[in-house]
Amino acid sequence: MSGILVVIEQREGRISRISWEALAASQRLAAQTGATVTAVLLGADTAALAAEVAAQSVVNVVRVEHPLLAQYTPDGFTLALQQLIESESPAQVILPHTYQVRDYAPALAARLGQVLISDVVAISAPAEDSAGPEFTRQLLQGRLNGNYHHTGEGPCFVSVQAGAFRVEAHEPGNPADITVFSPTIEPAQIRTAPGAPFRGSSQTVDLSSAPLIVSVGRGIKEAENLPIVQDLATALGAELAASRPICDNGWLPMERQVGSSGQTVAPKLYLAVGISGAIQHLVGMKGSQCIVAINKDPDAPIFEVADYGIVGDLFEVVPALTEAVKAAK
Amino acid sequence: MKIIVAIKQVPERDAQIRIDSSAKWIEEADLQFSLNESDAYALEEALQLKEKHEGEVVVLCAGPERIGTTIREALAKGADRAINIACDDLGSRDALGVARLLAAAIQQESPDLVLTGLQSEDLGFGQTGVILAELLGLPHATLILHVEKTETGLTVKRELEEGWFQEVSLPTPAVLTIQSGGNKLRYATLMGIKRAKLKEVRQLTAAELAPTAEPVVVLDRVSLPQKQKSTQILPGTPKEAAAALVEKLKFEVRVI
Repeated sequence: MSGILVVIEQREGRISRISWEALAASQRLAAQTGATVTAVLLGADTAALAAEVAAQSVVNVVRVEHPLLAQYTPDGFTLALQQLIESESPAQVILPHTYQVRDYAPALAARLGQVLISDVVAISAPAEDSAGPEFTRQLLQGRLNGNYHHTGEGPCFVSVQAGAFRVEAHEPGNPADITVFSPTIEPAQIRTAPGAPFRGSSQTVDLSSAPLIVSVGRGIKEAENLPIVQDLATALGAELAASRPICDNGWLPMERQVGSSGQTVAPKLYLAVGISGAIQHLVGMKGSQCIVAINKDPDAPIFEVADYGIVGDLFEVVPALTEAVKAAK
Repeated sequence: MKIIVAIKQVPERDAQIRIDSSAKWIEEADLQFSLNESDAYALEEALQLKEKHEGEVVVLCAGPERIGTTIREALAKGADRAINIACDDLGSRDALGVARLLAAAIQQESPDLVLTGLQSEDLGFGQTGVILAELLGLPHATLILHVEKTETGLTVKRELEEGWFQEVSLPTPAVLTIQSGGNKLRYATLMGIKRAKLKEVRQLTAAELAPTAEPVVVLDRVSLPQKQKSTQILPGTPKEAAAALVEKLKFEVRVI
């Protein structure tokens, strides 16, 4: 077969949005290459989720089921998918670029002599004379794009970035063919013992409901400089947030972190001060209604998503802005 | 505990980017390079484990001649010795090719623990540690913020998405990829910098470790990203730009 396998990820019985995006990316590629799409679910019992996926114009759904897949482990998922891929021989295996996929997919690909093309933002149709599609991914924290292709025999592994592929509504088609695949996994092959997920600290700040957010990044340089950004937030009546490095340094608590490892926000105004805009930050805020960026680097990726930008030294611009906001109120 | 920390030297974050004549990478001549941030946290975790449980910390780095400065920096922070894999074509090897080099060097050492950052800041594949575990036949865990030694192995704190965490227990030897922020990074002391000059750096070459295999994944070209939105840049002095922004916030965004 030369089809596309797409791995659908679930968390607590729900299919994550990025999995639907991975499915959309697979269906678009299939439309260009004429391949068929097979969606894959892993778990101890995936019947209900399989029915939900089957409704989305997927030709085939495979339930990869085993009691040892009830809880995610890299060993269990790698073994199960390795056996499925060896039996199906797909041309492409497409996965959502989640923390879970990052944990096992590189090992799965390596086991089959392959390399995962990770965190892909665009897939272009194969040209007439080319060997296959071209995959675009971001380099240097989003400052550069790179175009990759897969060579040689065997499946091409691709993980897609959150928000990069649009999910479109589907007309209800013929119900998909649902099959069950039972991998062979021995308890001794699972070498890690995962505990139950827990919340880090009590979340006393709910940034997701804040209408205005002023967010600060590495450009602030020192913890002692934070008051100038706090003053702007106070003048605007905004919540103060931060990018990861600020929280890593302990300058602001983790609960004020926006991005893939922190909170996802979509306020009316997101004012980013001294934040370059690495993708891990952008995924947490790019849904904001209005984005303003203040940064000294005109090539900072944050300006790619900003509505308004000021290129300049934040230590001059922010105090001036605070004064102007106070005067306007 | 014998710990190997695989580190990478990457371009400084604020570096001006110019695409080179091959259109496959950027001009490196005027760039400054430094230790990849999450690798710095991996080194810090290793040094703290050594302080608690004794043992040895060995840093491992592959790349061209310039990586020597980054290796010295790691030694100055407290690593005991280093392995330098001379490799001028690191960029044309794919993630599996690079991991094969590192794995071959690690196999000669038989460590109890291999640590590396979760992702490089330049290529950002985020895979080296996981592929290393596969090639070495060791269990692994990724996105780790804290490592606790137990009687049978390790218990680690793993970061999940959206502010969730999880503990994972695994036997040693093992491979962990370290997330930034778990510890406070130390600076090299003057004494550390002096001592680093006397520490052993073992020189290996890529050719002796892993014969160049054809890459599975090939980078065809690089380009500057297209803007997704048309950003309106507000010009002028800081005061003028601030006044212009307040106008926009008041009359168009309507938040003042």
